[in-house]
Amino acid sequence: MTLTSSDLAAPDVVRAAGPAVRIAGASKRFGAGPLVLDDISLDVAPGEFVCLLGASGCGKSTLLNLVADLDVPSSGTVEVPGGRAALMFQEPALFPWLTAAQNVELALRLRGSGKKERRERARDLLGLVRLQDAVDKRPHELSGGMRQRVAMARALAQDSHVLLMDEPFAALDAITRDVLHEELVRIRQSQALTVLFVTHNVREAVRLGDRVVLLSSRPGRVAKEYAVGIDHPRRIESPEVARLSVEITADLRDEIRRHGTAA
Amino acid sequence: MSSARMSSATVRDDDLASLEAGLDALEAGPEERKDRGRRLLSAAWPPVVAVALLLGVWEMAYRAGVKPTYALPSPADVGLRLVDQLRDGTLLEAMGVSLSRGGLGFLVALAIGTPLGLLIARVRPVRRGIGPLVSGLQSLPSVAWVPAAIIFFGIGNAAIYAVILLGAVPSIANGMVSGIDQVPPLYSRVGRVLGARGWDTARFVLLPAALPGYVGGLRQGWAFSWRSLMAAELIVKSPELGTGLGQLLEEGRFLQDMSLVFAGILGILVVGIAVELLLFAPLERRVLRRRGLLLATR
Repeated sequence: MTLTSSDLAAPDVVRAAGPAVRIAGASKRFGAGPLVLDDISLDVAPGEFVCLLGASGCGKSTLLNLVADLDVPSSGTVEVPGGRAALMFQEPALFPWLTAAQNVELALRLRGSGKKERRERARDLLGLVRLQDAVDKRPHELSGGMRQRVAMARALAQDSHVLLMDEPFAALDAITRDVLHEELVRIRQSQALTVLFVTHNVREAVRLGDRVVLLSSRPGRVAKEYAVGIDHPRRIESPEVARLSVEITADLRDEIRRHGTAA
Repeated sequence: MSSARMSSATVRDDDLASLEAGLDALEAGPEERKDRGRRLLSAAWPPVVAVALLLGVWEMAYRAGVKPTYALPSPADVGLRLVDQLRDGTLLEAMGVSLSRGGLGFLVALAIGTPLGLLIARVRPVRRGIGPLVSGLQSLPSVAWVPAAIIFFGIGNAAIYAVILLGAVPSIANGMVSGIDQVPPLYSRVGRVLGARGWDTARFVLLPAALPGYVGGLRQGWAFSWRSLMAAELIVKSPELGTGLGQLLEEGRFLQDMSLVFAGILGILVVGIAVELLLFAPLERRVLRRRGLLLATR
């Protein structure tokens, strides 16, 4: 027996409560510049894992910034009904003057939790990403993959059910990335997370997502959506993942080609 | 879930755990190696040799009679004079007087320079208005302030402290500004994502991130305090002010006593180097090492 993607849906999240992220007709333009995002509409269900895929200039990161409330749309609405979303960047962006545990504790402290409570919770979260032996290490003493796991623990410390990830594994080597994919799937399942994951790596999107959303570039629009429907555990090198990746890559190439002929 | 599936999931999980443990062990560097005694020894001999060479050249110049003895005494004469000065306490007293003035001046400069730097770094009109002035002041030798300070405050401690502040405050403020300017914008974004606003951003993100630049500014601020103080003491002199190292130098010049002058210079050097080595160098090293900005072996 294998796990199916519907088994992975968070058990304690009430689906009837509506989407965890609701993007309705969102457009974004910086100053008098060109349109970056054009009328994006996208709902992410609680417990769903959605990958945003696109070439350069599709506004993936801009879209995440809107969801993370770091920026406001020029028109349309972006809502996270459950409160603030947690955000992970391509760089771990840990504070180098703090230990791994202190980095996680800072997130808890800024949310107003008490000293004893945050110490325990930071340890639990680092245990969750299997870094219980690295709590007192400083970022420079950790490998790239370990740092990104601390960043994941810090994001989880925000106690948001929505996790936004902006190409979080792009700077890692292939083996580490593969391990972190597995780790993310495991944590997402155990923590009942809704994930919105930006990537330019088609296989990564298919490896991780329940749904892949292909964005067109300049301006960013939703070009096409794919339901992945491959049972977990998945492997990035499996034939099912490869098959869907081939299809999506072909569409992505068509999208990119359009820009060459237009110019 | 059936029990068979549970167990297979557990096996997979163990599998991932051991894979990850292996990867972590491979990627994390080996533990830092420390061998204090050896490092100290290898750091100590080059300056010792350099000083010995310098004394040798001096002795040869003395023997060759390059200058009359009152202008160029032998190293041994200066050494004996130094011992005398130390015995009767004049040198130590002068060092104490200067050090307490320099220390107090530095602390006041710290209290003014730090908020001033913060203002320049964070408030745009302030930066536009006085930023260039404050960084320009750094290149003005503080001795240039002495006449103005004497006219304004008269001969007295106020004039001396004014010169120290005018020398040290710009350094400390500039250190703060460059420390904050070097904070990666990503840190502020992370702070915002984690929910930091206003004062929390400064306290938990901006100020700790700016610390290396700030400590560099403190170090330079001390050097400027000390130099300004010597410039001021050389000129601002009166019996009721007490004798600092600068005043000792001036006394030596007045008496045409080269050995006393050399003893004063040595005193100035010793205090300057001691504060640097005992206070600022370890502070800076500590800050940088904690952030992995300093290689362990050097």
